Amino acid sequence: MSEFLEMGGYGAYVWPAYGAVAVVMLGLWITSRRFVKSTEAELTKLTPKREATDET
Amino acid sequence: MFHRFANPTRFLKLADIIQPWAAGLTLAFLGAGLYFGLIASPSDYQQSETVRIMYVHVPSAWMAMFCYTALAISAAVGLIWKHPLADLAARATAPIGAGFTFLALLTGSLWGKPMWGTWWVWDARLTSVLVLFFMYLGYMALQNAFDDPQRGTKASSILALVGFVNVPIIKFSVDWWNTLHQPASVVKMGGPAIHSSMLIPLILMALAFKAYYIWVMLMRIRGEVNAGKIRALRLRQVHGGAPTNTNLNKEAG
Repeated sequence: MSEFLEMGGYGAYVWPAYGAVAVVMLGLWITSRRFVKSTEAELTKLTPKREATDET
Repeated sequence: MFHRFANPTRFLKLADIIQPWAAGLTLAFLGAGLYFGLIASPSDYQQSETVRIMYVHVPSAWMAMFCYTALAISAAVGLIWKHPLADLAARATAPIGAGFTFLALLTGSLWGKPMWGTWWVWDARLTSVLVLFFMYLGYMALQNAFDDPQRGTKASSILALVGFVNVPIIKFSVDWWNTLHQPASVVKMGGPAIHSSMLIPLILMALAFKAYYIWVMLMRIRGEVNAGKIRALRLRQVHGGAPTNTNLNKEAG
């Protein structure tokens, strides 16, 4: 296992490369998901409100 | 006004079907790609284990150019035919493309240090990819620089089209100029010049990245459609729900 992590002495280059890919892909996925959820929440919040202002 | 909303609605129904498949394919290809890339493939006789950086570096670089091409095509369709979904697709693609371009630069740097002896050189390939990264950032910045989102979309679409000039420059930079970067060895005349044990993880990771792009892009388009609806609703609130054309259409239908 530690041999695998060492990557023939190049672990300090290989693992940060894979780690960066994981961080960027996860980060983009999380922010995109949050974007969808927050806009959906905002839409449902706005819809009844619109009805209320229509009546006044 | 009708086709503005009808189109995205139909599109989102289609996206509902595609999204879970894209998500599943991303995870499946990613799992297989990581297995073959990190465990079941040999180390290179010259580069030893650093060759494994290739399995994330090359697909990231491919995605950097693929996303920009998709962005430029969407921007062109949006500009010429005023197709609202094309503008949203361009908008949704930009951050993903920027992410992959950043990864191509970073993983390339991490590969360059042990193999070339330097993190960075100002040669044609590296510099043109850095320019690509700034094109993405410029596109996103310009889009949000206007109060009127339509003007922002138009200005940034023109920027995206002008910047497309950079894509062939990146592709051929390794042939046109002397560079530390190696020339293409996968997509070339006479077939790929790398062994199948290394080609398999490379292709799997490339497919994973592509499926990921479709997955996240569809998510972001959904968010953009919602944001557009929110803007429209807010505008109506500001105008006190006065019976504009859209209101009348909605109430009549």
